[in-house]
Amino acid sequence: MANAVEYNDDVVKKFVIACVFWGVVAFLVGVVLASQLAWPELNLGLSFTNFGRLRPVHTSGAIFAFGGSALFGTSFYIVQRTCHTRLFGGEALANFIFWGYQFFIVMAALSYVMGYSQGQEYAEPEWHLDIFLTVVWVCYAVVFIGTILKREEPHIYVANWFFMAFILTIAVLHLGNNLAMPVSVFTAKSYNVASGVQNAMIQWWYGHNAVGFFLTAGFLGMMYYFIPKAANRPVYSYRISIVHFWSLVFMYIWAGPHHLHWTALPDWTQTLGMAFSVMLWMPSWGGMINGIMTLSGAWDKLRTDPGLRFSVTAVGFYGMATFEGPVMSIRSVNALSHYTDWGIGHVHSGALGWVAFITFGALYYLVPVLWKREGLYSTKLASWHFWIATLGIVFYITSMWVAGIMQGLMWRAYDAFGFLQYSFSESVSAVHPYYVIRMLGGVLFLTGMLIMVYNLIQTVRGPARQPASLAMAEA
Amino acid sequence: MFIRHETLERNAFLMLVLTLLVISIGGIVEVIPLFTIETTVEHVTGVRPYTPLESRGRDIYVREGCYTCHSQMIRALRDEVERYGHYSIAAESMYDHPFQWGSKRIGPDLARVGGKYSNDWHYAHMANAQSMVPESLMPHYAFLADTPLDLDDLLPRLKAQRAVGVPYTDEELANARADLLTQADPAADNAALLKRYPKAIQVGRGGSQPTELDALIAYLQVLGTMVDFADPANENLRQ
Repeated sequence: MANAVEYNDDVVKKFVIACVFWGVVAFLVGVVLASQLAWPELNLGLSFTNFGRLRPVHTSGAIFAFGGSALFGTSFYIVQRTCHTRLFGGEALANFIFWGYQFFIVMAALSYVMGYSQGQEYAEPEWHLDIFLTVVWVCYAVVFIGTILKREEPHIYVANWFFMAFILTIAVLHLGNNLAMPVSVFTAKSYNVASGVQNAMIQWWYGHNAVGFFLTAGFLGMMYYFIPKAANRPVYSYRISIVHFWSLVFMYIWAGPHHLHWTALPDWTQTLGMAFSVMLWMPSWGGMINGIMTLSGAWDKLRTDPGLRFSVTAVGFYGMATFEGPVMSIRSVNALSHYTDWGIGHVHSGALGWVAFITFGALYYLVPVLWKREGLYSTKLASWHFWIATLGIVFYITSMWVAGIMQGLMWRAYDAFGFLQYSFSESVSAVHPYYVIRMLGGVLFLTGMLIMVYNLIQTVRGPARQPASLAMAEA
Repeated sequence: MFIRHETLERNAFLMLVLTLLVISIGGIVEVIPLFTIETTVEHVTGVRPYTPLESRGRDIYVREGCYTCHSQMIRALRDEVERYGHYSIAAESMYDHPFQWGSKRIGPDLARVGGKYSNDWHYAHMANAQSMVPESLMPHYAFLADTPLDLDDLLPRLKAQRAVGVPYTDEELANARADLLTQADPAADNAALLKRYPKAIQVGRGGSQPTELDALIAYLQVLGTMVDFADPANENLRQ
């Protein structure tokens, strides 16, 4: 198909570069934090190097800076291709979204280390940054939905359903969870409008759906474009797409209370949260099946296309994490797993295995296309990246399983006389070896990332693609 | 009844509206009733707004990200009740903007840490946690002891909390600065302070100016002590 549309790939390239940069930063800070937990002297005792202030830099860096830049970039890339039209709103607006979002990230990270925090997980930025992010996000919605409205294709492609749900829901969550009363117009300190139990429920309605819509729906949008594209196969089942999309977006919103089992949150809310979390297993696996089965008849490509290998492994980790999640949301399991490192392991099998791997798959696909290169500089290095990173994840999640379950069991262990068997500090010493293993897992993952950075830079510096093959790839 | 999905796929507006509808239901059902059902927050005696010093200490607790390692929520499980004390009830955090229940215990739960250790223990522990608990992974917070507590925006901070529902009276606001200085000076007469804020613990080591560490320790020392669970008058707990 010849097409005369000139896409705005400039902004996509910028987001790709930002994504790689923030990935390195977020993983590096993660390794620092893991080291601090293994060797607390590394906190250095300075206000801005202590764990409590650095931890939001890592979480926001991974989720919003690395993941967010990946989502902005790929969604802009995908929406133009699947709508056969240039990005709505022009260069200036697209550039405002890029620079505005990067500014938000830098300011948020600086504010954390300087001690400005709302004290709510994954919603730490203070009120003035929240307002600024709202402006950027509205522009994002305008550009994305505007592009869909002026599409040249009659149907809206399934990837875009997920991106639209992601953009819309994150807006609702962001506004709902950040309602706060500033101390004054000039003070970066505010008090949340809700308190106690209601605040807790709203925070985890936000927090869990940051996972559900930012880290799941958005990245499913990525999956629905890059896997069929790289495998050169149509999406496995159109019907599964429909059923799992609507059930996923409906059910995710209910799942928040599983972060609050056995707490002062009323039982009825906990039960609702648990029931929907368990049901959520099905729509999640619908997405996994649809992604993996798309490879039917093209499995051989896994041998030759390292990007696709990342994408498919990502979907495998997605399936694993979305099975583990419902199990952990069962109240009796949660009694053991909550507050322990099991939760940290679970988050990372999602964040490293799913979010980062699907992003790596997209990056290996995108960089040669965007910079119009013949192909990757080295598929061998990409293979090294794949195996080192996978090994890193295995180190990470297995050590956290052992540490988490051990903590849970030690905290509830009774001796023969009916007394608690272990002091809290004994459970702290017991997990030290696993904290070291976790740190090594992080180092491996970061090493893989650096290999990718080198590979992508060499790709960009490599020879340009011949015009003939260019036309073929763009079709 | 059922519209063809193709209709949605061809109409972005319809798709957006339906998505918004679908994602709204769960949140509405789970959040709204928590504000309307009477029994969600128990009616107990004893829960009071934080003293000005405790409130400033809480700001520091939030600022330093203490919630990233410490929970403030004792779950209704046998071992937790034996380890930390009576399980936490919703009323105990009704004036907490934001709540600090936490999600991870790298260190122990702090919901009832108040009164568990002496002030001196806290001063030593915050400066160097390993000096008191060798196994501890906690960073050192010696710098808090060297940082004078900023009192300039004390009143706006309390007023902002009043605006979101913490019932500070005009009298309490008028005396905020005096109450703060009283609580930070162990030698000061605390009768008026205790009348306004029962169970407030005096902290401080006789310095000329209250430090951030004084405030933080005042906050830690009140945690979980407001409700007297042994008091049979708290019949309202069973509802």
